[in-house]
Amino acid sequence: MTLVAEPRTEKAEAASLRTERVVELVQRQGALAVLGIVLVVGLVAYDNFRSLDNAGTILISAAPAALIALGMTFVIITGGIDLSVGSLYVLGGVLAAWASQYGVAAAFAVPLAVCGLFGLVQGLVIAYARLAPFIVTLAGLLGARGLMLALSGEGRTTYLVDPGAFKDFGQGSLLGVKYPVYLVVFLFAAGMVTLYRTRFGQSVYAIGGSEDAARLMGVRIRATQIRVYVLSGLLAGLAGALNAARLGSGVTVLGTGMELDAIAAVVIGGTLLTGGAGTLGGTIAGVLLLQVIQNLINQDGTVTSAWQTVISGAFIALVVVAQTYLAKLRRVASG
Amino acid sequence: MTAPAVFKPRGVDTATLRRLLPVYGVYVALALLVLFNIAWTDNFLAWNNLRIQLVQVTPVVIVALGMALVIGTEGIDLSVGSVMALGAALIPLYLGYGTVPAILLAVVGGIVVGLVNGSLVAFVGLQPIVATLAMLVAGRGVALVLSDGKYKDIRAKDFLAIGTDAFLGVPYTVWIAAVLAAVVGFVVRRTVFGRRLLAVGDNRAAAQLAGVPVKRVLITVYVIAAVLAAVAGVIQVSRIGSADASRIGLLIELSAITAVVVGGTPLTGGKVRVLGTVAGAFLMQLLTATMIANNLKDSTAQMVQAVIILVAVYTARERRTR
Amino acid sequence: MSAPDAPLLEVAGVSKQFPGVRALDDVSFTLRAGEVHALVGENGAGKSTLIKVLTGVYQPDGGDLRHLGRPVTFNGPLDAQAAGISTIYQEVNLVPLMSVARNLFLGREPRNRLGLVDVGRMNRDAAEILAGYGITSDVRRPLGLMALGAQQMVALARAVMVDARVVVMDEPTSSLEPREVETLFGVIQRLHERGVGIIYVSHRLDELYRICDRVTVLRDGRLVHTGLIKDLDRLQLVSHMLGRPMSEVRKAGFTSFGGEHSAADSRPVLRADGLSSRHKLTGVSFEVLPGEVVGLGGLLGAGRSETIKAVAGALPLDQGTVEVDGKALRRPNPVAALKAGIAVQPEDRKAEGIALGLSVRENIALAVLPRLATAGIVSERRIDKIVETFMQRLRIKASSPHQRVGDLSGGNQQKVLLARLLATGPKVLLLDEPTRGIDVGAKAEVQALIDELAAEGLGVVLVSSDAEELIEGSDRVVVLRDGAVAGMLRGDEVTTEHLMNVIATAAS
Repeated sequence: MTLVAEPRTEKAEAASLRTERVVELVQRQGALAVLGIVLVVGLVAYDNFRSLDNAGTILISAAPAALIALGMTFVIITGGIDLSVGSLYVLGGVLAAWASQYGVAAAFAVPLAVCGLFGLVQGLVIAYARLAPFIVTLAGLLGARGLMLALSGEGRTTYLVDPGAFKDFGQGSLLGVKYPVYLVVFLFAAGMVTLYRTRFGQSVYAIGGSEDAARLMGVRIRATQIRVYVLSGLLAGLAGALNAARLGSGVTVLGTGMELDAIAAVVIGGTLLTGGAGTLGGTIAGVLLLQVIQNLINQDGTVTSAWQTVISGAFIALVVVAQTYLAKLRRVASG
Repeated sequence: MTAPAVFKPRGVDTATLRRLLPVYGVYVALALLVLFNIAWTDNFLAWNNLRIQLVQVTPVVIVALGMALVIGTEGIDLSVGSVMALGAALIPLYLGYGTVPAILLAVVGGIVVGLVNGSLVAFVGLQPIVATLAMLVAGRGVALVLSDGKYKDIRAKDFLAIGTDAFLGVPYTVWIAAVLAAVVGFVVRRTVFGRRLLAVGDNRAAAQLAGVPVKRVLITVYVIAAVLAAVAGVIQVSRIGSADASRIGLLIELSAITAVVVGGTPLTGGKVRVLGTVAGAFLMQLLTATMIANNLKDSTAQMVQAVIILVAVYTARERRTR
Repeated sequence: MSAPDAPLLEVAGVSKQFPGVRALDDVSFTLRAGEVHALVGENGAGKSTLIKVLTGVYQPDGGDLRHLGRPVTFNGPLDAQAAGISTIYQEVNLVPLMSVARNLFLGREPRNRLGLVDVGRMNRDAAEILAGYGITSDVRRPLGLMALGAQQMVALARAVMVDARVVVMDEPTSSLEPREVETLFGVIQRLHERGVGIIYVSHRLDELYRICDRVTVLRDGRLVHTGLIKDLDRLQLVSHMLGRPMSEVRKAGFTSFGGEHSAADSRPVLRADGLSSRHKLTGVSFEVLPGEVVGLGGLLGAGRSETIKAVAGALPLDQGTVEVDGKALRRPNPVAALKAGIAVQPEDRKAEGIALGLSVRENIALAVLPRLATAGIVSERRIDKIVETFMQRLRIKASSPHQRVGDLSGGNQQKVLLARLLATGPKVLLLDEPTRGIDVGAKAEVQALIDELAAEGLGVVLVSSDAEELIEGSDRVVVLRDGAVAGMLRGDEVTTEHLMNVIATAAS
């Protein structure tokens, strides 16, 4: 008996390169492709799906999730995770509704300040105490929810948003598209520039790809980590504020599982859950895909909305397994 | 910290403290909390109150036992809450065939989820947090789909008896948790599997070279954790008398991880403290109860819990040069 | 070329202590501008510690560090980098998922007027720079997709790109193809002409003699020799690296090994045939008779540990067979090897050998748990018995069997590991550096034990960087070089002199 392993021939290597390209394409553009298919199915099968109104609804419903996923993408690319965003989202909403009585500036500033500070504390603990991000932000989830309950009389008080500029911003629209959607689009554009075209963005990729290498290459690990958690906190707070403006009140019971939706969207969008790679374009596709599926389920009316979670969970499993497969191929390719 | 050790260098003291605190801290804290309650909380020692505390802590204890095993292998299982919901959702569907078949099916549901989690960790090589995240999302979805998103009342008497009846004055559910804790303790201490589990958690490469079937051990651990979670779900349903897949087990992964970590099991693997885990669950339960009994609000209790989790993880963290 | 008065980098009397080990003991080292300075020594000699002191990763416990004649303290790698000291590590230390260009420019990306990274220019510049290193592939592709040699070139380009005055190269050629080695030497020549000082760590003697000007030899944390490399012939260099002068060695008595073992049975208990693994091993074959200790000789990186791993089923093979008692292992994996009777003590005790957090007892019993259990429930009595037997036999000093192995001394940790191996009742024992990092007393005991085990009929394969240990402990020595068998010493040839001769002989 011999242990002859097939020596790698050039042919085999070319073949593995081909498979690798295919897998890479699936990972990068998978969400977009599936989104396209789902859209076509929706347009053909459901009359109500075909309206401009519905498109607007999809966009505005996706807005908070998109903002949270934007911050989450940064966090996950560094190799971390932020489980506190669901709670911060609710906290942001409550704070915004409460602060709206002091004007539109306060309605934005208060949630941003508090949630940003919360992110800062989490970032500091992760960077300096070197505790696992998931446990720190899981505690953060609990802490932020406690804070929210404390501010809302144990969840019994619902602050109504004062009529005024803040509410108008949340509910008004331009060319049939709600204002917050424009803000989301703008922030994604800014996020892309930050991620792809700044040194900070490069450090985000570098520490997620290999923290040790990044350290040796002179990347400031702690500063980068702290910044992504602050960013994630800020965006979660903003998402909450926008939602409060849209609904006209700071609802205290929403937001459970929001962090999971955001993580799902990011991972489905092709960002490596282990860090080091990912795109914001993919995240948008992921967010929209989940939202469109939800919308179609609502249109259909015969299946429970829980199918959306089942699909997104299955999708996550599929994507992460595909990613490991890709990573293995890469290791083979580089010998 | 009054250090009576005049003749000892101070470094030794803090080192000893560092080692002892994560292990015995939970018992000391629990004892102090009990004493505080005896002194200040009305009717604390009343059997009725004690029974309520016991019954409420039961699901967390059961889930935390499985979590302790997973953490012992240097893993984590985020899907336990969803598995509880899944177990709960299966009960009303199959209760028509009798109590035992329904419970068995809930357990089978747990086994399936555990196999998926374990395979993703052992064969695909995913990080445990990543592998179980998919099930955290999908598991509750499946539970909601099975229950059609509806809240279901349960009227089957013999099933509800599990949650309501008692033996020697102690509710069945508490007996179940106690037996499970004893079994898990025995498994960890006295079985080949238990020893291998610890070796895998302490040094996977060494365990592999010592001929330990690492993959089999990992899969078994995730299956056990999921089965325990499913059992916790069943117990919860029998106690409340209804199955609400959207609420059962929500955030229990957090309580379970807290109980394990507060109980002195490090997240870095290689150790499982079963008794400590049970004590950790009691501590957190009692802490919330104490705060509420003394007119502190639920919100404050949650924030305090958050801080305790961080402190526990921080003190239990092993100084490893990585 | 130019030789200014102040050396680029200078350390004087540097010491560094780790718990239980004195990694550097009063070492002095000087690097002049424009010189290629070889830094050599066996495992544990202190090379990597010295490099880490020079590059700011470690702070020395004592001694001075001078940069361009001025005393300096590096508080971290960044300080050293700011001072113009770049390092290329043996393991490529770049980010595999990022593109080649982004890796090359990380932290110093070209920016446009808006302060944003100018991706177009970055890619163009990267392509241009890398072309000078013989790399023409697309710089936008992830670095991890390139061959290891090419990645090493990118690391080199990155290290040299900034105006580095000192470049430290830690075994840069270990993953390079011959053509790439030539490119590397071309780059070194260019740097040399620019007056950059290069610290070159390698175990390939040919390379050292080809490109280095001076050589510094470390052993056991001490400075053994420093001087021009042309004044030192290969045999002298190897002798400096491996141990004490030969005259002393002959007096023997340095180790606790007994005499020869008679191999009564002529059927080999272990037969390795044509073990090959890309970049690591080429056609390594040898046999071990029952009761025989076969040493694997050679310098660091010659393929000794790889051979051990291959036999133990822990290194994927492209070709080759391993037979125990005439039966070939079907699937090469650690579990199958263990079942066939091969027990391996890996080189890195803490990473792969023992479970530091578990007790002495649990470690010893780990591999034989099923045998000590009924229906999956372990018998404490049977474990106690086996643990007691081995703790006594190996004289393991622990406060109790329940003590954490991590709290024991290195020697006792090693004995616990050996006890675990012996508990499996092996036919072949593979020992990779069994006495490294353990105190003198334990060392003698381990050596005596190896003798005893061989006398009982076990086949032993011994790897040791300690030349005396290897020579006195082995009945035969297979000498490896560059992953292939370079020679075999038997009978009267088993001497340090012969060993060094085979190692030092150039080109095979």
